[in-house]
Parts: sequence; structure tokens; C-alpha cells
Amino acid sequence: MSLHKGRGFACINYPIGMNLGGDPSQALVHSTPDGKFMVTLSAIDLGQGMKSVTRQIAAETIGVPVEDVYVDTADSDTGPHDMGSFASRGTHRVGNAVIQAAKEARGVMLEAAAEELEVNAGDLETDGHGNIHVKGAPGRTITVEQTAIAAQFRQGRTISGRGIFLIPMSDVDPDTGEMTPVSCFAHAAVVVDLQVDDETGEVEVLEVNSAYEVGRALNPKMVEQQLIGGAWMGISHALYETTEPYYPNRDHGPTDFNQYLMPGAGQVVNHNIAVLERPAEDAPFGGKGPGEMCANPLLPAVANAVYNAVGVRCDTLPITPEKVLRGILVNGGAQNRGG
Amino acid sequence: MAKTPVQFTLNDKETAVFVDGGANLLDVLRRVVGDLSPKYGCGQGTCGTCTVLIDGEPRLSCLTLAETVSDQSIETTGGLADGPDLHPLQRVFMEQFAAQCGYCTPGMLMAAKALLARNPNPQREDVIEAISGNICRCTGYEPIIDAILDAAGEMRGRVS
Repeated sequence: MSLHKGRGFACINYPIGMNLGGDPSQALVHSTPDGKFMVTLSAIDLGQGMKSVTRQIAAETIGVPVEDVYVDTADSDTGPHDMGSFASRGTHRVGNAVIQAAKEARGVMLEAAAEELEVNAGDLETDGHGNIHVKGAPGRTITVEQTAIAAQFRQGRTISGRGIFLIPMSDVDPDTGEMTPVSCFAHAAVVVDLQVDDETGEVEVLEVNSAYEVGRALNPKMVEQQLIGGAWMGISHALYETTEPYYPNRDHGPTDFNQYLMPGAGQVVNHNIAVLERPAEDAPFGGKGPGEMCANPLLPAVANAVYNAVGVRCDTLPITPEKVLRGILVNGGAQNRGG
Repeated sequence: MAKTPVQFTLNDKETAVFVDGGANLLDVLRRVVGDLSPKYGCGQGTCGTCTVLIDGEPRLSCLTLAETVSDQSIETTGGLADGPDLHPLQRVFMEQFAAQCGYCTPGMLMAAKALLARNPNPQREDVIEAISGNICRCTGYEPIIDAILDAAGEMRGRVS
């Protein structure tokens, strides 16, 4: 038996969103009488942090502390329509809709404050701490809370805003076949180091190094967390996960998720990440979002590393010990390739 | 079907319930007692999110017959915080982004609490061993392992 080390590389240009039908997202923003803001969406946060990111985006746009913003998601009866959380579109599409809604709400808020302070709304600015000042005259101030109370109980004004993000539907050019299904791309490159046991066919990942370009990382800790976790999801798809593993007799196959292979805490290896920030022009504060490409490039990188290690080119996933051993057998032994 | 009276302490509180024969502890905690902090994941003892402490030991509540916990002490995530003060494990999990979707978190916290009770100064391998029965789909485990190690350090500092 011997262990063969291999290194695999893969890179990805990942489309943000899918413009087949305009890919719309909507958002509604309204203030409560105590000067907090509610963002209502029907996009769902599956755990990747869209709630946190849209909260940051709304707070930044309205000009209030992030603590004063609440995000309500995932009710298509009470929230405005959204295509959904898929295609890595959450930060970009929903974020843009939130900006539009938050801008409108901010506009009404400043008008209400202007009426209270008896100044022009254009002369007002927010300090991000819950106050609205007259520019150049910081003494002339009103809190967002007082403004909301005045709007609600005296002025009869709703501090609210509507937002939608919609890009022109992309049709296929009949002459060239060209189309523009997405509005921007995120990018990544990953290197996987692993070793293959030529007796058992087992593949063990040793280290992952990656560089991700995600626009601006709106919440850097969450980006890092998603990249690390997503990479493991990719490795897991590459090496372990399938609902229908090949067995000569189907009766020997798994019958439930308790026989579905997934990595455990003991399989974690070092993953060094470089996050490159190139803010995208049409993205909310430049953030494109990591999304699905956290996982995608790991699959080809693992496959390439296995080929590098033992010369076996697996073109179906997952790369099971059986496939590796059969490949080694066909090749007449493990051969280091493409190194 | 006849019901069996079962008494135990849940997070130091005397609890008495009538349970159906064959009812598992997870169902009893969630549906009868109303403690929703242990989660139902696979229901087969594979994922670990239903982990509770029984007399200090981590146990899968979905595979534990409720009738067997008479006179025993049950701890769940619901009892970790002291009023408004989060348990160090909870706080460090939150500060260090050791949760994404959060579904595995109650099980991870209870597995970690049991580890730190028997080994206040765990090495990385000890933490991995302690949470090896808990599956996390989102984080890749690293932030969870780091958070448990840091919480251990913090709790040692507090004791000494």
C-alpha cells in the first residue's frame, strides 16, 4: 500500500441571479411609531445570512442604527413578491430592492423631520445614531423616534417605501444566439491538496487554499463562514454524497438518510481563504455575494487532484473508493499525472 | 393506552408528566413539557441536534424512552442562559459565527457543555471527538470547534 499525494486546481466565473423573466425581487419598508424600521420580504433566509445583510443595507440606506431595523422574511402573503433564494441572487437582487424601498422611506422620514424643524428636507442629514440634524447646524436636531411619532400622530404621514429590482428580460439573439442571462459575475479559484490510498481507494483531503472575489464583502465574518462551510459542502459532494450509490444489488443500497455519507467534525482540514473585494457597480454597496460558488469549484478541484495523484479521471460523482480502485486497475497501477 | 407518570428535573426544575408507552424523550420535552430548545432533526439518532444531558451525559433524546428518565436530571439548551446572561458557550457561539442556519446548534451546545464539564481544558481533538455525533451542514465545523475551545478558555478563567 502507498499513499499518493495530488493537487487539483479549479476556477469559476459564477453568475449572480438568473435573468430569465427579469428576475424580480421586491421589498417594503415601513417605520413603527417608535422610530424603528421593518423590512418586509418574501425571500427566505436559509441560514446564509440574507436577513443580516438586508438589515445592514436598510440601516445604511435609511441612516439609522442597524439595531433599529428588523427584517421579516418568508411570508408570501404578507410580503411582496420575490423570485426566491437561489442562484446566489439574495444579496444582489433583494439587496437592490431593499435599497430602493429604504431610499423612499428615508425621503418621507426627512420630509416629516423637515416639517417638525420647519426647514427644507434637502437641508437635513442623518447621523446613523438615530438623530436627524440640519446640515451645518447640529443644534437643530430631532430624533428619528420623535419624527416617527410626529408623522404618525400629527402629520398623518406613513414613513414607508417600496422597492423592486428588475432587469430587462434577456432574450436570445436569433442571429448570434447571444444572451445576457445575468447582470454580474463573482469569481473564485481553489487549490485542493489530497492523498489517495492505492489499496483502499480512499481519498483524504489535506488542505484547501482559495481566493474568492465577491464584490464587497458586506459582512466579512459571514462571508468567511459561508466560504468555509460551502467548501465542505462541495468536498462532500465530490467524495461522499449520493442518494443512489452504485451497488450491484439495489437492495444493498441505503434506505434512509442515516446511511447518507456526510463529513463530520473529524474530517475538517485547514482552509486558507483570500477574499478579494472588487465592488460591482450594479450591486448593493458593491456586494455580489458568495452563494453557490462556495461549493461548486471544489468538485472539479478534487477530481483534478485525484487525477494528479493516481491518474484516475473520474467523470461521475461522488468519487468513491470503488471508482478510484477500478480506475487504478484499468491503468495497471497508480500513476501520477499532470503534475 | 395507559399513561405512565414520570418525574424528573428539567434544567433544575421539578417536572412531572404523564407519558404514553413508547414515547421518546424528545417528543415529551417538546410537546408535553413545551421545551422547544432540543430540535427534531432526523429522528433516528444520526444528526445529534436532539442531544440533551441526562445526569450530565449527552444523550440523543429522540432515541431515549421517556419512561426511562424517572428521577434523573435533564438539561437542555433552554436552561443554559442565566436570566438575561447567556452561557459562555452560547455567547461565544454567537460572537464567533459558529452557527449559520442554527439547526445543529442546540445539540452542539449540549455536547460541548458535557465535554467542558468533564474536561475543562480540552484539546482540539477532544472537541472533535465530543461533537462527532453532531452533524452540521453549514459551517464546515471549524467555527464551532474554535468557539468551544475559546469558551473553554473563558470558563477556566472565570473559575480561577
